Amino acid sequence: MHPALSVILFTTASGAGYGMLFWLGLLAPLGLLPVAAGFGVTASALGLALVTIGLMSSTLHLGHPERAWRAMSQWRTSWLSREGVTSLITYVPAVVFPLLWLITGAPGPIGFASAVMAVATVVCTGMIYASLKPIRQWSNPYVLPIYLLAALFSGGACLAGVATFWSASPLLAYASVVAAVVTLAAKLAYWRSIDGGAGARTPADATGLGKLGTVRSLDPPNTQENYLLREMGYRIARKHAARLRVVAVMLGFIAPIVLLPFVPPVAAIAALLGLLVERWLFFAEATHTITLYYGRAA
Amino acid sequence: MTAIPPPGAKKLGLVIDLDTCVGCHACAVNCKEWNTSGHSAPLPDFDAYQAKPQGVWFNRVHSYEAGEGCDSRTVYFPRSCLHCEEPACVTVCPTGASYKRAEDGIVLVNPDTCIGCKLCSWACPYGAREFDEDAGVMKKCTLCIDRIYNTNIPEEDRVPACVSTCPAQARHFGDLGDPDSAVSRLVAERGGYDLMPELGYKPVNKYLPPRERPRYSGLAEAPVESVANPLLRWIDRALSR
Repeated sequence: MHPALSVILFTTASGAGYGMLFWLGLLAPLGLLPVAAGFGVTASALGLALVTIGLMSSTLHLGHPERAWRAMSQWRTSWLSREGVTSLITYVPAVVFPLLWLITGAPGPIGFASAVMAVATVVCTGMIYASLKPIRQWSNPYVLPIYLLAALFSGGACLAGVATFWSASPLLAYASVVAAVVTLAAKLAYWRSIDGGAGARTPADATGLGKLGTVRSLDPPNTQENYLLREMGYRIARKHAARLRVVAVMLGFIAPIVLLPFVPPVAAIAALLGLLVERWLFFAEATHTITLYYGRAA
Repeated sequence: MTAIPPPGAKKLGLVIDLDTCVGCHACAVNCKEWNTSGHSAPLPDFDAYQAKPQGVWFNRVHSYEAGEGCDSRTVYFPRSCLHCEEPACVTVCPTGASYKRAEDGIVLVNPDTCIGCKLCSWACPYGAREFDEDAGVMKKCTLCIDRIYNTNIPEEDRVPACVSTCPAQARHFGDLGDPDSAVSRLVAERGGYDLMPELGYKPVNKYLPPRERPRYSGLAEAPVESVANPLLRWIDRALSR
């Protein structure tokens, strides 16, 4: 699948943003984060900024951004529509929470609503991909958990980074380390799963001509590229994928795990950069069944 | 609405005969010709007169070699929208622009409400949807909805453009929801099949498999007649060494 920068930015930034809103909304009312209103407002603003940057960038890849409001209407069937609805609803508790905190001087229970909506939104994002059957690397049982875990991990790292400036207890940093380890384990299992060829098909499966023997593409319908191949036929060299996986693991997971207990802000930046690479690979390594008709494996 | 309507009795679709298709691309060309001024017009081309032209097509003809050695066969394989009964391209649409008609099962896109998110093209396993970069909306086969119900053209022409033009009569149009229709009988007789049925999209269009043919591999070499002339026999032996 073509790794569109706008969508990669969106899922990485909004994942981290919703992760921040989750931890802040959950832990602050329980008294496990600094009670200073300045912290609440700063952390909320940063979380909402990440979410908003993500949502704005995701509208960049639309053919008609001015019609984006229509995407709220089909929540009964469409995970993309559900994501639009939940992302908008999340703004209400996520904005009211720090405002009330500022007024009353203490984080209130509305933070829990913000945390629940943040998780719901990330579930919708993950399901957009996990529900696409033509792409075996996406309709994989690890995809949704990894979207959730990556949001918890990167959001936790970002929030721990902000909390450092209010001399917070290291609790959140350690929770983020645990999330990072679990996310990494899930990611490694995911890579093993897709490399093992789970759900892989051949041109014989796609054309139903397997009874005749091996099916090879003789002539494609088009001599030049077309939309289908540009959008869904993206290919990445195996050696580049292997190197980028190492970069994603080292920068996105190992560095944050080591740095979180000591310098959370640096760990957060490493996590975000590493997850950008991880998310780029999530697209670049995904193959679509349409490429089978062009004689490739998928 | 992107919810799929309750299954109707009528399921209009195509039956494509892989045995008789000669791979001439006339269906694809006539499709482009009709539809570039039809319901989903235009079907734009990009860099049409440059070295690397690209364009939007609703129908593309692949060709494959299947089997090994002297038993291998060339199979021409037209690929277009299958107007599935469970079209995920419809249910994933966030705006309701993509829809399936209750009355005949045709899957269409409303270009006035499509936001061009391209998710439907990701959700289609068969590559039936192509993005119009000029208009910023998704386009796809309409089953020539502007021909099949068009009372301004002669009745015999009220079939999709691809069907009307096929010189090998490899394409058939009809109601696959009616078990007694000509297309349904053809599917039953020839063992028509669905593409990737395991994905659960329940395509309405069916493909008729290439007919069985004698296998040539493993057959004994034709016996050589014994040569009577001694000179020719010697030459035959010498050349056979």
